[in-house]
Amino acid sequence: MATVALPTRLKDAAIAAGLALVLAIPFIGLFTVSTDQGLVVNSRWSWVAWAVGLVFAGRLLLGAGRDALAARANRKNNEHIDLTNHHKNNRILRGIAIGFVVFIVPVFFLIYGGASGIQIILALVICLLIGFFLDILGGFVLPALKKVDRSSVGTRLTRAFMVAALLFAVTLPFMPYSDRYIIDLGTTVLIYILLGLGLNVTVGLAGLLDLGFVAFYAIGAYSFALLSKFFGLDFWVCLPLSGLIAAGFGVLLSLPILRLRGDYLAIVTLGFGEITRIVILNWQGLTGGPNGVSGIPRPGLFGLSFERRPPEGMVSFHEVTGIGFSGEHRLMFLYLIVLALVCLAAWVINRLRALPVGRAWEALREDEIACRSLGINPTASKVSAYAIGGMMGGFAGCFFAARQGFVSPESFGFIESALILAIVVLGGMGSQVGVVIAALFIVMLPELGREFADYRMIVFGLAMITIMVWRPGGLLSTRVPTVKLDQKGA
Amino acid sequence: MSEPLLNVTGLTMRFGGLVAVDGVNLSADTGRITALIGPNGAGKTTIFNCLTGFYKPTSGELSLSHPTRGKVSLQTLPGYQVARHGVVRTFQNIRLFPRMTVLENLLVAQHVGLMRKSVLGVAGLLGLKGWRTAQKEAIERARFWINRLDLAAVANEEAGNLSYGMQRRVEIARAMNTDPLLLCLDEPAAGLNPRETAALGELLQGIRAEFGIGILLIEHDMKLVMGISDHIHVVEYGRKIAEGTPEQIRTDERVIKAYLGEPDEEELPAVVAADIAEVAAGEGDRV
Ligand SMILES: Nc1ncnc2c1ncn2[C@@H]1O[C@H](COP(=O)(O)OP(=O)(O)O)[C@@H](O)[C@H]1O
Ligand SMILES: [Mg+2]
Repeated sequence: MATVALPTRLKDAAIAAGLALVLAIPFIGLFTVSTDQGLVVNSRWSWVAWAVGLVFAGRLLLGAGRDALAARANRKNNEHIDLTNHHKNNRILRGIAIGFVVFIVPVFFLIYGGASGIQIILALVICLLIGFFLDILGGFVLPALKKVDRSSVGTRLTRAFMVAALLFAVTLPFMPYSDRYIIDLGTTVLIYILLGLGLNVTVGLAGLLDLGFVAFYAIGAYSFALLSKFFGLDFWVCLPLSGLIAAGFGVLLSLPILRLRGDYLAIVTLGFGEITRIVILNWQGLTGGPNGVSGIPRPGLFGLSFERRPPEGMVSFHEVTGIGFSGEHRLMFLYLIVLALVCLAAWVINRLRALPVGRAWEALREDEIACRSLGINPTASKVSAYAIGGMMGGFAGCFFAARQGFVSPESFGFIESALILAIVVLGGMGSQVGVVIAALFIVMLPELGREFADYRMIVFGLAMITIMVWRPGGLLSTRVPTVKLDQKGA
Repeated sequence: MSEPLLNVTGLTMRFGGLVAVDGVNLSADTGRITALIGPNGAGKTTIFNCLTGFYKPTSGELSLSHPTRGKVSLQTLPGYQVARHGVVRTFQNIRLFPRMTVLENLLVAQHVGLMRKSVLGVAGLLGLKGWRTAQKEAIERARFWINRLDLAAVANEEAGNLSYGMQRRVEIARAMNTDPLLLCLDEPAAGLNPRETAALGELLQGIRAEFGIGILLIEHDMKLVMGISDHIHVVEYGRKIAEGTPEQIRTDERVIKAYLGEPDEEELPAVVAADIAEVAAGEGDRV
């Protein structure tokens, strides 16, 4: 039963349109103009209507296209596609993926590209087509690759989405529309993805709450800052060291909380985050206290520097390559570093999930007592979860220090921990794709809302609440199994 | 006579003023099904909790004769180590990993061996050949038990979505995937219908015959207990009141009194009473 009835399709489209409405009212419907009397909020409801209408039609079209494809596949190999349940989840997943492309990208163009109404609608249509194309591509190409098991449509689509997203991310800095601002924003998003992936190990996979995750971020950042200041080590040496130091602190944190649960765990981890910040703030001699550490060296590429005047012993990138100097090259390089870090982290964590270490994390989240009854040492699982999560936080911190060239305790307040936790919860506990989407959402939303100035955090909060009411389990709450049993001869 | 696989002597467990288990002796051996019966609240689950490392007994000796490690005092081990010595249990209130698939549940049970073969994850992360072979073997072992317990159709389903009877079977399959010496089952037939219970009886007899492991069984279903057990221990108020073969227990005055005497203590008084009366009258058909 792959084909879904029309009423379901209509309802599905209506839900998408409703979500579109919620998002479109603040982002498209309202805008400000400065007049003689100061800032005035104007509205353009017709645009909202267009957007909602388009989403409705697009969603319906997409559903119909899917149905047609599924029916064809059904006819081809009379294989039974069961589990209507999965299909429902896949639809929702697809809705999010496509809705996301449909929304964020054009709105982004709208606000920062100064595009006209026609261009926006064009962009929407293009996005819809891209989504549709990806959908079809996922249906045809991926099962053809023999390595990919004939997994559910949702998995295939997620994969297609990830490939498209990766392509987009890799090419972003080289695109004509990418200026300093976009590359910088992209870098910020990627830092939060890295942080989200790290916290996702502890909270999402192992089910251990951590309200002080920012501590690992701070430890990573200060490890690099201080190692370079006192020992003159460069970024590439400090990157693994920062990760290891943060992992060490992860082990340290995990020891006192082995027996804690719920509220107590929340308080102790919260305390850990605050203690770290306060120690950094007060240990003037080592950390410079509130003044922070400045003059952190920028990362180079195999001895090539991206500075106009390279430091002693380094050659500058623009001289070697013969490309004229541009401050943007450095930004692009930083962006690519963090992108590589994110990919590496995602790959490692994804692999760990299918290894005994990662399976034990998830089992721990599901039932600690059952774990113990099977000979799994819960202590080892907890310690490793905090260590690996902390390590990712440490990497992110080290990169952050390299990017800013300056660190101070101000960057590591509780609000950061809350933001990272929000990314994990919003994304759907344990889902890596969820983390990516949620990080994009959480970093970009306040940016997009800049026009609202002081009200943007209210808009941000409302959007968060709406999503959590709409999907309490997070955007992607379906868990993807780590392994499947192929039915031999069945 | 050689030592039995498990020998419990003088096991006592106190909770504050309450003596839940009071000087119990019992033993279980390989290739035999040993039943532990008694009214609700008699202390059966508490005995399991002591045995499998969840409680530290107030006093007593839990001695396991391990084929390679010799004599092991289970009460001195850290809780999770008990399973690593081959004593594995199921729970009265099923404890699966509900959001993981049936296959994944069974793979978690093979954690200890796989962890070693993945060299703490390093070989696994690098995708080395040795690890890939180990992983395939683990999946095949899981497949064996999935087929054996008739779970093939739901192997890729999340365990939490399965029916009660299936969840019970997954839990047994999961325990068997740890390659145990002694399988401890806490009321495995609770909530099963008569047909499922009969199938369970056959399964346990099959496991005993095929794998020669010991089975320690807590169960209220008297037909099942009388039908498959080699030896039965009866506890009441934390004390052992009788032990013997099913024939001996069936006619034991104290056992009949324990079951029929205090209907208020029983969760399922009518059912159990009827069962025991039926069995006592010799009418109970063997499973
Ligand atoms: N952790 C505990 N703390 C206090 N009392 C307990 C605990 N566990 C069990 N008991 C008590 O021990 C007695 C035996 O319980 P239990 O072993 O569950 O009985 P059974 O499994 O035979 O029905 C009961 O009175 C129960 O309330
Ligand atoms: Mg009990």
